[in-house]
Amino acid sequence: MKIIRYLQVALESIAAHKLRAMLTMLGIIIGVAAVLTTMGIGRGAAANITQRIESQGTNLLTISPGARREGGLSQGGGTAGTLTMGDVRALQDKSVHPHLEFVVPSYSANARLAAGSQNAQEAVNGVTAEYAIVRNLTVASGRFLEANEVVQQARVVVLGAQLASDLFGNENPIGLTVRINGEPFRVIGVLKKVGGFGPNNPDRQAYVPISVAQGRLFSAPRHRGEYTVNAIYVQVMSQDLMDSSQQQIEATLRLRHNLRADQDNDFWIFNQASLLETAQSISQTMTIFLGAIGAVSLLVGGIGIMNIMLVSVTERTREIGLRKAVGAHDGDILLQFLIEALVLCLFGGVIGVILAYGVAFVFGQMPAVGFKVVIQPDSLVLALGFSLLSGLIFGIYPAMRATQLDPIMALRSE
Amino acid sequence: MTTDALLIELENVTRVYRMGDVHVHALRGVSFTVRQGEYIAIMGASGSGKSTLMNVIGLLDRPTGGSYRIRGTEVNQLSRGKLADLRNREFGFVFQQFNLLPRISARRQVELPLLYAGIAGRRSREMAEAALVQVGLADRIHHRPDELSGGEQQRVAIARALVNRPSVLLADEPTGALDSKTGAEILDLIEGLHAEGLTVILVTHDPRVAQRAQRLIILRDGQIISDEENGRKAVQWMLGDAHEDH
Repeated sequence: MKIIRYLQVALESIAAHKLRAMLTMLGIIIGVAAVLTTMGIGRGAAANITQRIESQGTNLLTISPGARREGGLSQGGGTAGTLTMGDVRALQDKSVHPHLEFVVPSYSANARLAAGSQNAQEAVNGVTAEYAIVRNLTVASGRFLEANEVVQQARVVVLGAQLASDLFGNENPIGLTVRINGEPFRVIGVLKKVGGFGPNNPDRQAYVPISVAQGRLFSAPRHRGEYTVNAIYVQVMSQDLMDSSQQQIEATLRLRHNLRADQDNDFWIFNQASLLETAQSISQTMTIFLGAIGAVSLLVGGIGIMNIMLVSVTERTREIGLRKAVGAHDGDILLQFLIEALVLCLFGGVIGVILAYGVAFVFGQMPAVGFKVVIQPDSLVLALGFSLLSGLIFGIYPAMRATQLDPIMALRSE
Repeated sequence: MTTDALLIELENVTRVYRMGDVHVHALRGVSFTVRQGEYIAIMGASGSGKSTLMNVIGLLDRPTGGSYRIRGTEVNQLSRGKLADLRNREFGFVFQQFNLLPRISARRQVELPLLYAGIAGRRSREMAEAALVQVGLADRIHHRPDELSGGEQQRVAIARALVNRPSVLLADEPTGALDSKTGAEILDLIEGLHAEGLTVILVTHDPRVAQRAQRLIILRDGQIISDEENGRKAVQWMLGDAHEDH
């Protein structure tokens, strides 16, 4: 009952000194908002990265040529040129590799694309029909390459969304012709926008049958009589077969490449699942890091509360003296100031939460950001709990100072 | 409650302040008693110790030496908490500067002593409103200090002093911040309360205020130099004394 009456006193006092209350709360407001938005941004970014990685295909193993060694000197990744169509066929053998759902070779090179007066210099990917499935690409209009077009070396092309609009503007390019290094190709499909980034952004690429790319378009180099490839994409049947599949692929390729036991692989196998794991652990660390920065601002906010409470104790000596004169015990004064600090912190915390949601909303509306700020209940509890705790910790000292004030001195002060 | 019951007994009370290395003797052995229902003015020049005496009587300050009993209880041995309870129950304070809390209504001001007496809710509201009616502020119950005149603010302070039905009203220069007409009205109000049985101790340096009391105590340099019933003679002397000073 006493608490409720003092709560009324605290609310009265806050209402009577709105500016002071606002200044006191400011630190907590900013602290709570900072904790929530930084953690929210961390979580939002993590979710976004996970989703982007997953959008490039799940259960995906990417095999790329490794480094060629000349006299014990590594020539860097991708220089070996040892991955061939023969390797692709070996991996496609279901009797040896029953868990590999799709094995897709890719041979790509930069080329000049032209349509009408528009030009572009972009990567042209020679791939097979399953490439769209393996890389999670969807067609916005038209269709993707078909198996018979790869066999027949048909001169057809599928364009990434950005590339299509670069070359054709708003015009529907299906059925129209694009010249690739001077050769005419018929556009059969345009991909849906992926929103990717970096040099492998699918939105900016063109896809042609691999047979055409390796043959007349780019004249790919041969290794032991077979066309070489830039990459082999392997979709494994399930997540838990990833590691064993990786080992089987490694064994097959080492055997085919005649590598002795003491020699390193001349290829790389890149595991999408382990990338995902790494990305998730990085973003978890980032979230903790950002949360820690927010927590520091909350601490600073708490110290701000103590500052202003101390000033307000000095400013309110007269009030404290009067309360003592009319019969307030030391405990009454202590309780009043402590409850005031707690109420201010709780108010500040709630306003901070509202502010954080506001920031999250504005953030979500910005197209440049591309991901949402995710505020979860556990960080809400954390932030509000922290602000109450700082109210308790930083409110106690000013409250004790108020208690120790001499009532006569307090009443005498002008 | 008999009217001549001994309420307050001071015996050779001293109060020494330490200000750095200097000892300031604010009270140098003050002895007097107050009976229930008395109306006493304490007079003296500034620095004579009258405010210190007031604070000691009102339990805001502890004597350095001597004995102070309220209704026979020696207060020197009481804890801070017990002193707070006694202040709440036995004394009502009225100050020169009113000392109202900013921006809360007259009723909430008056409810303050009740908060610390553990009285709450409707009973507290009713007691506060009754006290405000008693001081003539029936139509100012919901006004805040900045909406009240000086006289009205002092009335709120008196209502606050009265609300818990104390034994003694301690008024420290209650008219000091008011013009003479308003000051006279406040004195009339205080005297009306005295007529109803309240013990009044009033500190002032104004002889016209002091001579209205039934008993006048004059302090000089921390000692009582005069203590008499109906102290008109002393007041005349003080007035003369004051003229000599100028």
